[in-house]
Amino acid sequence: MTANEVAYNGKVEGDVIVTKADAVINWIRKHSVWPMPMGLACCAIELMASAASRYDISRFGMEVMRFSPRQSDCMIVAGTVTYKMAEVVRRIYDQMGDPKWVVAMGACASTGGMYRSYAVMQGVDTIVPVDVYVSGCPPRPEALLDAMMKLQDKIGRESSVKNLSGVKEAAVAS
Amino acid sequence: MIDLDFTESLLKHFTHVTKRHHDDCLTLDCGESEVNKLFLHLRDEETFDLLVDLTAIDHGETAEFRFSVVSHLYSRIHRDYLRIHSICEDNESPKFPSVSSIFPAANWHEREAFDMFGIHFSDHPNLKRILMWDEYPYYPLRKDFPLAGIETPLPAADVAEVTNASVDPAPMMGGPFVASSDGTMSESEPRAKDESWTEESEKPS
Repeated sequence: MTANEVAYNGKVEGDVIVTKADAVINWIRKHSVWPMPMGLACCAIELMASAASRYDISRFGMEVMRFSPRQSDCMIVAGTVTYKMAEVVRRIYDQMGDPKWVVAMGACASTGGMYRSYAVMQGVDTIVPVDVYVSGCPPRPEALLDAMMKLQDKIGRESSVKNLSGVKEAAVAS
Repeated sequence: MIDLDFTESLLKHFTHVTKRHHDDCLTLDCGESEVNKLFLHLRDEETFDLLVDLTAIDHGETAEFRFSVVSHLYSRIHRDYLRIHSICEDNESPKFPSVSSIFPAANWHEREAFDMFGIHFSDHPNLKRILMWDEYPYYPLRKDFPLAGIETPLPAADVAEVTNASVDPAPMMGGPFVASSDGTMSESEPRAKDESWTEESEKPS
């Protein structure tokens, strides 16, 4: 074995890798998050900025924003959730396949933000289980990227078969 | 600009229309029965062919006439605005004739006034709520409606069942939150108008 070899060496290991299923599955999942851009207000503009070339969310393997819930596994709620829209948000969440994650981007999605009014839901966690909250009004793209990296860490720590929505739902209700 | 001749001839033509105190543009009081005739005349004869706005006012529960409808018209020939103020005679279930057949732009404005104030515009082609959902039981811009809202079921029953969520009054925490126009930027940030109380600790009497 030459000294400059740093990668996996099949000749030494005998073409076998020993690891845990969780480690491999989560490693794959966290590096290919497919976000569902639930853009409801001005946060969506920052979300677009994080997807564009300067902030470049594709560095983290999550540039494939799909506008179909069937093709995504991470809903980024970017903006004010009104009670009228809450139904739609929940339905789209329900339509996403398991496993799925939710990021509440900005003050409005996290807590209702400055909209303490009859029309605005005080935090999207009332209707969907939120994994990461991002502060800011709106948060800068860096903040969203930080949240997405935190989500990656979280995915890495999860049990790959126990992170289905039914299990998370129970946590929300309690 | 609108000159005195215009005003006088208009008032002569419509005997039930009266001038109202105003600081900016000419404001006329017009009863709900005359509104359609007045609008048609202003559009076709007096070149006020642009409906800028149509909204309503709630003067409070104790007012003699609680609701009124206010419209702004603009004339590109006069280059001036004209405001029409009309009282709704019924305080309990306010009604008003729709002007959407004269100004199609009034369609959505009237729906908004219906949604927020509960004013029923007769002969409106599609009078349903425009901002709140159809089943919403209240009229949020009425003076007796609290800003925080009133508890109501969520619009979608199946979502409410799964999530156990409902439309709850928002925590005001001393709000509403207002920004002052003076001081440095950090001082003029929006903050609660009355910070002496929150939902947890009562307002000192």
